[in-house]
Amino acid sequence: MKRSFSILPGFRLASGITLFYLSLLVLIPLCALVWKTTELSLEELVATLTNSRVLASFRVSILTALAAALINLFLGFVIAWVLVRYPMPFKRLFDAVIDLPFALPTAVAGIVLAALYAPDGWIGSFFTELGIRIAYTPLGIVVALMFIGLPFVVRTVEPVLQDLDSQLEEAAQSLGASPWTIFRRVLFPPLIPALLTGFALAFARGLGEYGSVIFIAGNMPMVSEIVPLLIITKLEQYDYAGATAIGLMMLVVAFIMLLVINMLQAWTRKRTGKL
Amino acid sequence: MSFFRKPLLAFSASVLLAASVAGPAQAEDISLLNVSYDPTREFYQEYNKEFADWYKAESGDSVTIEQSHGGAGKQARSVIDGLPADVVTLALAYDISAIGERTGKLPADWQTRLPNNSAPYSSTIVFLVRKGNPKNIQDWDDLTKPGVEVITPNPKTSGGARWNYLAAWSYVLKKELGDLSKLDKPEFVDEVKAAEQKARDYVTALYKNVPILDSGARGSTTTFVKRGLGDVLLAWENEALLAVNKLSKGEFDIVVPSISILAEPPVTVVNGNVEKKGKGAVEAAEAYLEYLYSPVAQQLAAKHYYRPVFEHFADKEDLKRFPNVTRVTVQDVFGGWQNAQKTHFNDGGVFDAIYLPQ
Repeated sequence: MKRSFSILPGFRLASGITLFYLSLLVLIPLCALVWKTTELSLEELVATLTNSRVLASFRVSILTALAAALINLFLGFVIAWVLVRYPMPFKRLFDAVIDLPFALPTAVAGIVLAALYAPDGWIGSFFTELGIRIAYTPLGIVVALMFIGLPFVVRTVEPVLQDLDSQLEEAAQSLGASPWTIFRRVLFPPLIPALLTGFALAFARGLGEYGSVIFIAGNMPMVSEIVPLLIITKLEQYDYAGATAIGLMMLVVAFIMLLVINMLQAWTRKRTGKL
Repeated sequence: MSFFRKPLLAFSASVLLAASVAGPAQAEDISLLNVSYDPTREFYQEYNKEFADWYKAESGDSVTIEQSHGGAGKQARSVIDGLPADVVTLALAYDISAIGERTGKLPADWQTRLPNNSAPYSSTIVFLVRKGNPKNIQDWDDLTKPGVEVITPNPKTSGGARWNYLAAWSYVLKKELGDLSKLDKPEFVDEVKAAEQKARDYVTALYKNVPILDSGARGSTTTFVKRGLGDVLLAWENEALLAVNKLSKGEFDIVVPSISILAEPPVTVVNGNVEKKGKGAVEAAEAYLEYLYSPVAQQLAAKHYYRPVFEHFADKEDLKRFPNVTRVTVQDVFGGWQNAQKTHFNDGGVFDAIYLPQ
């Protein structure tokens, strides 16, 4: 521990700034959240959180965020792979398009998606013929969250793919490994931590997403009502404490999920022999 | 008429008095913030100009009015959280009362400070249907028929949606009881109970026909008008008229139900905020709201699809757009907004029960 102080100068300053900045932006607001929740008695807190509508909304939020993150994990990986490994016309353009969901106001995304996936929309009418309704069902929520979460996976996997040592691949080839084996044993393992990070980010983002989802969800109680909407509902009744209670619960859920994923990451790093 | 004259006279007198006591009054530059809800945007845009001109001529002070619009509940919360509104012009008395209770910035009896429960214009809830009314929707009973899709926002998040819901409830009570004064008479308690059960059944059936609960009134309008979903939209009359006359001419018809609710969007001065700006600002803010009852403002309200309190000030042509409809009040049917909110919309209320698994 002591050595790391001396290697780089400015440790005190840097860590001071880190602590100050984190406190100001993250820790103090989160403490205020916890503080506000203490206005509720324990019974009230439990009653708020075990209300059937609240539980249903947690199920909707977690499942849709999970589904969207899993789909993005797969498709985001494929997109990153194509962008890095294959020569392609307009590659830079495609690459730039990936970041658009970051920049677009989420309400705009929600309205556009709802228009496209509504029963009479361009894409929605096609699915309607197949008997599938997307907009105004939980499926619609998944679509919105896929849109919002895609860049997270692509952008975390891309640099790692770029940095892969091509000599390893050549070595494997010269030792007679099939393309599939090369992918499975040589290329894929170092990507796992990045994939997990992308997945975690996309999932966490999806859990808290509000702006785009309310336009496409239909917001039916017990069916397609997300947790953030329930928080707004509480605020609409001027029930600030109830709203923060749900917010806090969400924070706990997100924290647990991220912790599990972090641990998984550490485990895979160890297993693949990386630091 | 006398309603309007008195405060204005008093105001003019006080200006004269101030002028005579303090010598030549110093012309001030005053800026006021009016925190309002969504559909009043166009009305206040025009009104603010009229008011500023009139006030400049009347008192010599220049007033600039800034507007903030949004969902009524969200706007009220912003004021509670510290948005320095000098006047609020919101959709529900409930939201303004909440500001008073939580900040102490306005007195409990704020609603008696201006004529007509502090509502210079009113509206009601009507049905917007597709051209030619293909599902033949004439009254509230038609909304619960199988196969009819009703679009209305979520009453938990939208002020407009609460009016819709209360209008539906009032219709059943009025139909069952005939005379709403029975609600307060102990000898009719059983009859009232039976009627309330009918009303509960009715709203349950109604919301079973609602496929999407948007979070706000504008969202529902979009769902109905732009997404093409649903057979009937429950809407503010002013929004429905706007849709029929401006947004998409010839695509929709308005159906006026036999009974609807008197929607009174009230206005008030936020004393705690405006008093910090000094006497000139307080006077300007009060005049700003009183002037809403003037002939000019009443005419403007009618032009922007609000029913004016003093109809004789409005253009005859504008008035033709408002059909006759029996409008019951929240006070008569529900005993005020606080009660309505508690019984129907708060957590565990009647509305929540609709969606609980049986």
